[in-house]
Amino acid sequence: MSYLVLIIGFLLLILIGAAIYAVYQRDLLYAVIATGIINLVLTALFFILQAPDVALTEAAIGVALTTIIFIITIRNTVRFEDEHDNKNQKSKPE
Amino acid sequence: MKKTIVIILLAAFGYFMATTFLDPEFEKHRNQNGVKNGYLEKTVSELKSANTVTSIIVSFRGFDTLGEVTVLFLAASALGSVLFKKRHHVGERSILLPASSIVSTGAKLLFPAIILLGVYVFIHGHLTPGGGFQGGTIIATGFLLMLIAYRNFSISHNVLSVIESLAGILFVVIGLLGFMNGGTFLQNFMPTGSLNNLFSGGIIPIIYILVGFKVATELTGLIYTILHEKG
Repeated sequence: MSYLVLIIGFLLLILIGAAIYAVYQRDLLYAVIATGIINLVLTALFFILQAPDVALTEAAIGVALTTIIFIITIRNTVRFEDEHDNKNQKSKPE
Repeated sequence: MKKTIVIILLAAFGYFMATTFLDPEFEKHRNQNGVKNGYLEKTVSELKSANTVTSIIVSFRGFDTLGEVTVLFLAASALGSVLFKKRHHVGERSILLPASSIVSTGAKLLFPAIILLGVYVFIHGHLTPGGGFQGGTIIATGFLLMLIAYRNFSISHNVLSVIESLAGILFVVIGLLGFMNGGTFLQNFMPTGSLNNLFSGGIIPIIYILVGFKVATELTGLIYTILHEKG
């Protein structure tokens, strides 16, 4: 039982670390990969906490589909966070 | 600065969520209702379904599942209506770089296995963890892999929408068939078989196969639309 608590605590630490990294990272591609890691850790947590149905959904939607859709969006728009704001500021005077 | 505020707000939200759910009062109120025991007994005695979660989602709360499928359908059609353009360049995904030979060979190797896994998950929804939504998303993941690996891999949008509409209509028809024996919407009207067999659980496997097809085609169509959008 205590081993299980240790594993869950370790996974939660990874989750919180990846979440804070995703918020502070200016390169959005790295932030999306960090979000994928959050979902992967969540999948493991759901499985440990005996919710395999939710774990399957999280693995398919969270890890694969959401990450890929965000990567496609980044390829279509801008990769760095400040790029868009600077463009707006430059285009305003013209 | 903005990000720090966001993190502080999220931490406060998490704190209040944790205090709500870890409250001993909450636990006490949760154990008072007898719905839980009713579900557990009826799943085994009436429906003969090995997976209680599935029987709740499809049978006892089947109407909610119909609502969820509708929500997903509305989301997919809204995205399609925003991003849809007259496609002069079908089969050309200019936003993606050409995939390396390792990716394309691996995709060709993995594609049948992923489809098989998805079909397995939604056919065995009443026996093992998983079901229509999970199987459908796994199948959509397989198609996503093929769309990324092969730039000229194309899917007919008409075939997707025909399968999707048929699955949705059949779901409602099976729900309406529950009225036949004086029952309610989505009531079981088929022989339930014996526990732990593939042919058991009444209408649960049929509805999950339909939901699986619907979710798979919807998500595949959604990804296809996004990939063909030119930024």
